[in-house]
Amino acid sequence: MTDQVLTPVQTEEHQKHTLVALVENKPGVLNRIASLFRRRNFNIDSLTVGRTHRPHVSRMTIVVDSTQANPNLIAANLLKLVNVIEVRVISTQPHVSRDLALIKVRTDSPESRNHVTELCDRYPARIVDIGPEVAIVEIASQEDIVENLIEELRPIGIVEMVRTGVVAMGRGIRIQDSEYEPPTKAKPTTNGYQRFSV
Amino acid sequence: MELTGAEIIMECLLREGVEVMFGYPGGAILPTYDAMTRYPQIHHVLVRHEQGASHMADGYARATGRVGVAIATSGPGATNLVTGLATAMMDSSPIVAITGQVARGAIGSDAFQETDVTGVTLPVTKHNYLVSDVEELAYVIQEAFYIARTGRPGPVLVDVPKDVQNEKIEFVYPENGIRLPGYRPAEQAAEDQVAAAIEMIKHAQRPIILAGHGIMMGRATNELRELSEKAGIPVALTLLGKGAMPENHPMVLGMMGMHGAAACNYAIQESDLLIALGMRFDDRVTGNLKTYAPGAHKIHIDIDPSEINKNVKVDLGISGDVRTVLAQLLPRVEVQQHPDWIARIRDWQEDADERDILHHNTGEHLLGAQVINDLWRFTNGEAITVTDVGQHQMLEAQYYPHQRPATMITSGGLGTMGFGLPAAIGAKFGRPNEEVWAIVGDGGFQMTMAEMATAAQENVDVNIAILNNGFLGMVRQWQEFFYEERYHATPMFNPDFCKLSEAFGIPAMRVTHRNQIEESVAFARSVKGPALVEYAIEKEDIVYPMVPAGADLHNMIRRPKPGEVIQK
Ligand SMILES: Cc1ncc(C[n+]2csc(CCOP(=O)(O)OP(=O)(O)O)c2C)c(N)n1
Repeated sequence: MTDQVLTPVQTEEHQKHTLVALVENKPGVLNRIASLFRRRNFNIDSLTVGRTHRPHVSRMTIVVDSTQANPNLIAANLLKLVNVIEVRVISTQPHVSRDLALIKVRTDSPESRNHVTELCDRYPARIVDIGPEVAIVEIASQEDIVENLIEELRPIGIVEMVRTGVVAMGRGIRIQDSEYEPPTKAKPTTNGYQRFSV
Repeated sequence: MELTGAEIIMECLLREGVEVMFGYPGGAILPTYDAMTRYPQIHHVLVRHEQGASHMADGYARATGRVGVAIATSGPGATNLVTGLATAMMDSSPIVAITGQVARGAIGSDAFQETDVTGVTLPVTKHNYLVSDVEELAYVIQEAFYIARTGRPGPVLVDVPKDVQNEKIEFVYPENGIRLPGYRPAEQAAEDQVAAAIEMIKHAQRPIILAGHGIMMGRATNELRELSEKAGIPVALTLLGKGAMPENHPMVLGMMGMHGAAACNYAIQESDLLIALGMRFDDRVTGNLKTYAPGAHKIHIDIDPSEINKNVKVDLGISGDVRTVLAQLLPRVEVQQHPDWIARIRDWQEDADERDILHHNTGEHLLGAQVINDLWRFTNGEAITVTDVGQHQMLEAQYYPHQRPATMITSGGLGTMGFGLPAAIGAKFGRPNEEVWAIVGDGGFQMTMAEMATAAQENVDVNIAILNNGFLGMVRQWQEFFYEERYHATPMFNPDFCKLSEAFGIPAMRVTHRNQIEESVAFARSVKGPALVEYAIEKEDIVYPMVPAGADLHNMIRRPKPGEVIQK
């Protein structure tokens, strides 16, 4: 079930859009992006950053509430940042998205233990840690499926929870990648400072 | 060649063609100040407050189209630049600011005069850098100038720790040091966009062009004029668009917006096609967005894609360099005329003429409008005027028509009081052969009047016209209209401006009657170096027309015709 691609459910009043941005891997870039969203009053639903297969390029997945702002306008604003290499709104194209959650639930009774096991069978989720008091459930799926599981776990008793935020990728050959090669002159310096701490 | 970081900064400035920089020294930037002694080709102007330095760099940039340079020390020196950076950011003016920072090892320790300057200036710069490796310095400065002047121009700040300025390296100037993978300065129009624009222009009956600052920054004045003449389209200017097309051209209707020409605003509201060129639909230009140009199709051409559909939803948005896009359009635009439309506009213009204060009998009173219009007359409409912010600024926009690009310099987007005098000094450094007038109010002048000392020290030949109404005039006008004449915190006790000026060694003259204006211009021109004229104008004058903030653009408060009662 995990590899199935589902279309996320979108309601009128809460339209979400997903943007993917390739940015230069430099200190301070995340701050520039956060500052832009704050200044332009765009609401971030979730934002994730991670390295890519090119060490000098990081990739961000940004989910925005687009009832307030047109995602293309947000993309145009992101592109204006000098350190942003490429931006796409991918929620308008077929794509795969994943949100990972770790949910600690009470398993201090046979009923609760059975209930959690049963839920993990129905959802693309699994128990990754278990003891007499609590268990940790892991799920990596589309955001709405993660949310459904959380709702079903809630009555059993959620003790603690953490989520990574959505990461996403367009399907097929619409590859989003950067041709950009790192500047040849860049070299690590003796005192350990970055090329420039922008 | 072995150079210190400070010398590398100077070397790079030289390569960028910098001839003058405006700044103020302090501990963290001292190595660079010392290096300046070895680079006498670059003239350093000592300001009296770093805000003055950033406005001077801005005035220089706007007058020349080249990058202006400001330099300051860490902490308070850098924070004093902020108003000037924000001003330049709002009006897309290319400046590079260089600031000293505490040594790398001290960053983050709340060291003496440490401020997170890249953090503070992040939202008011196009880009900024903290240089933490001397090897990077030359690349960063090259990029800073490139970013500042290309695409939609803007301010760039480079923060350089003191130990980076002191570090010595073997230096080779990187001939092509720009490494900006994500930076795309400008695009072209796509073929279908060009075709759509041509089609819309062809079918329009009541078209109007809205020309902004982008026309001048993009050097598209000839293309604008050609479009207007070929397709018979009248042109409305934004405040910063003044000079985009000669204002004595019959197709130019003057300024649009809150204090714009009534004919312009009516024409916008009744048009069936708006062609917005290098402007950004500021709220001071549109009034109420819900009722803005309701019957018009809208074409928006701007270099900044994020401006398209930001304030006004358009039918055709083209993000690209305005000159390139206009050059794509022009050969395919059909020759047209819109005599009925132009006749309708002429009616509005005639009505406005009747209301014009210059055609009223105002007795003994000396009015701001008269001062500005006479300054225009006696300077043959050829001066570079640099204004401050307030009533006098709007009067200059209304009563000083400009024929050439980049001859009207003003803080539009941010509306920064205190801009006028320092920006005029900067403009004069950039265009030394032009006559430069700073036109300022008594309020704004006092915000940066310390720069009188800079003007005197450098013997800069600027003429300062203070329109002294004893009030924060524009705020008083709002109080009169919208706060039942409660003039709180707007009457001003003022110094004797002429004596003050003389204390700086700047010759001064006071004008109280209209018949002295010609003499005052002759006086200011006769002084080699700065001169000041104080015009004691009517205290409670009003700038008409006025679109109250947020009101519909056509709902202007108009000046009554002679004999009519004032409508408020
Ligand atoms: C730095 C700053 N502070 C406050 C304002 C708000 N403001 C706009 S116009 C104005 C009055 C300007 O008065 P003055 O300089 O005497 O010019 P006048 O309107 O009388 O021509 C004020 C206070 C501003 N634009 N800038």
